[in-house]
Amino acid sequence: MLWVDKYRPRTLDKVIVHDDIASNLKKLVSEQDCPHLLFYGPPGSGKKTLIMALLKQMFGPGAEKVKMENKAWKIDAGSRTIELELTTLSSTHHVELNPSDAGFQDRYIVQEIIKEMAKNRPIDTKGKKGFKVLVLNEVDKLSREAQHSLRRTMEKYSASCRLILCCNSSSKVTEAVRSRCLNIRVNAPTNDQIVKVLEFIGKKEGLQLPAGFAARIANHSNRSLRRAVLAFETCKVQQYPFTVDQGIPPLDWEQYVSEIASDIINEQSPKRLFLVRGKLYELLVNCIPPQIILKKLLSELLKKLDSELKHEICHWAAYYEHRMCLGQKAIFHIEAFVAKFMSIYKGFLIATFG
Amino acid sequence: MKWGKGKPQRSLSSQGRTRCLKLKKTKRRFKENGERENRTGDGGNVGERGRPKQVKDVASQEEVVRVLTNTLETANCPHMLFYGPPGTGKTTTALAIAHQLFGLLLLKEELHAISTVTFILMTVPITLSNEVRVSNASDDRGINVVRTKIKDFAAVAVGTGTRPGYPCPPYKIIILDEADSMTEDAQNALRRTMETYSKVTRFFFICNYISRIIEPLASRCAKFRFKSLSEEIMYNRILHICKEEGLNLDSEALSTLSSISEGDLRRAITYLQSAARLFGSSISAKDLISVSGVIPQDAVQALFAACKSGQFDQANKEVNNIISEGYPVSQMLNQLFEVVVNADDISDEQKARICKRLGEADKCLVDGADEYLQLLDVASNTMKALSNMPEELKFD
Repeated sequence: MLWVDKYRPRTLDKVIVHDDIASNLKKLVSEQDCPHLLFYGPPGSGKKTLIMALLKQMFGPGAEKVKMENKAWKIDAGSRTIELELTTLSSTHHVELNPSDAGFQDRYIVQEIIKEMAKNRPIDTKGKKGFKVLVLNEVDKLSREAQHSLRRTMEKYSASCRLILCCNSSSKVTEAVRSRCLNIRVNAPTNDQIVKVLEFIGKKEGLQLPAGFAARIANHSNRSLRRAVLAFETCKVQQYPFTVDQGIPPLDWEQYVSEIASDIINEQSPKRLFLVRGKLYELLVNCIPPQIILKKLLSELLKKLDSELKHEICHWAAYYEHRMCLGQKAIFHIEAFVAKFMSIYKGFLIATFG
Repeated sequence: MKWGKGKPQRSLSSQGRTRCLKLKKTKRRFKENGERENRTGDGGNVGERGRPKQVKDVASQEEVVRVLTNTLETANCPHMLFYGPPGTGKTTTALAIAHQLFGLLLLKEELHAISTVTFILMTVPITLSNEVRVSNASDDRGINVVRTKIKDFAAVAVGTGTRPGYPCPPYKIIILDEADSMTEDAQNALRRTMETYSKVTRFFFICNYISRIIEPLASRCAKFRFKSLSEEIMYNRILHICKEEGLNLDSEALSTLSSISEGDLRRAITYLQSAARLFGSSISAKDLISVSGVIPQDAVQALFAACKSGQFDQANKEVNNIISEGYPVSQMLNQLFEVVVNADDISDEQKARICKRLGEADKCLVDGADEYLQLLDVASNTMKALSNMPEELKFD
């Protein structure tokens, strides 16, 4: 088992990083009921861990027995029937799903599944938990219509169903949905907290950590705990016992992007642009999201530039990223950014050095 | 047919009888609903319990209240259009009028059913209460609903009033909440309905932006503008609720609450309730900020200071930090805007440059652009404006 999963805290008591949020959540569910919740925060900050621990706190160990289902839904939408397939994770007490997988038909998913759950209201022998919990991931990727229908469904079926929403940026969730939920911001762990977790894992695994090693991994991880733990495990596999100056292997795609960056800096010509295009395609076919490529490329380029150019470049990066999410083919926009950069940089070089 | 055109016609007695039967049925249904809700039991919503039931109790809208009190005495009201910023008491007023005219127990039950589950009441589901129908226009804002559902309901005749102590005028009320999200076609279709059935039906429209209501519709209504609440009134109202609910707020928390909710009383109550659930009965200013999703002022100032310093890397670091902390960027743009507009040491031209980019970034975010890149661009542009760098880089 990967360490990321092995050392994921299972209960709210064992949470190390967000202990303040955990204790608040515990207070919240102690009264046998809870409002709708909206967790938001950057990736790798522990939203999912908190949600799972919260479910366990609410329903006991029953919430951990999850089974994966691939269900087909037939939805009657007025004049036509829509057939949809969606994977859900469910236990007796909760259902977890990723409604944005259904694409533009996500609103039907939201309505239909919640309706179904509301129908099958759980009968608890102790008679206290009269509701199920629906965990929706990536609500920020839901379409406007789906979010609107969500707010209605939330009210209509709230007697038998509580929603836990999870997303990266709460600005993409409509105000109407946000105001119906208790918003919980999960911030990325600070480097010190990451070090603490790494040391905790090291101790459990019986590893010798050289001074400053954990801190270096933490620095390297960009404040994502998941990444830090993964990098830590990779280091362990690569070489143990650790040495003080052991390198932390960068992710291969990141290395690739920084290669592209130096390619662009070294030569600005149509021929080089063609070469870069091949490399960008390579990244895209390996399922690296285009936004992430563009962001990484920008940060690599920023390292090597004068400050007046930095302003210009980050402006264009924002410009092309915006166009990318309006458009269809990501490669055009990344390439346009590269070409734009080349022209600015070449102009700059000619103006400075003649 | 509304103002002084003789007595409106009474409908046939047989219809009146069926109406009574229907009313009884719906009443029972709501009672059951209420009980079912209660079983999940979280004891109601502060905002709902505090909602005034009389028009005269509506906070701080003196002119509106004065006009409406007169209207209510004669129990003959025109079509009405309430507009104003959110949380200023529009829905409350509409419901209060309905309550005073018909003494709607039914409405209360219904409100209760809603209140146990949601934080705010902006969207009351369509109910089949015979006298008041609160429909949320944004849910089914298509023309079909106007053509069929609303029209059918508007056409139903009403009987004589029976409830003692209330005027029970011989018409029914349809409340259309969030009417500004109705399509233009739907609004046009409504014109005819309003006129044809004005004998037996009054429409109340509630909206935020009056400019989105088409002129022919607006001209058929008596318009009431609700102004946003002043801090002092917010302060008193919050204090009142705290006393009722046994909450403990120090003066700092109180002033924080009235400033973060920006004149929106409902938002203030929502924050208060969320904070009470999370942190118990004594609430500090910090708790309220964490619940509201408002970004602490230090974080905004830090970004602004970084922009002022003219160091790109410094600003980049701050932007990274904001993203890692998980602060919503759209909120950040709002607060940055406040800071920029209120700053004394920036020239107007600089402010204009910064704000232009803020607006563009907001639009990009709505389109789904990446938060980090947009905020970085805003920061870099702000920096350029503050240090009077030319807008575009030119090489000669």
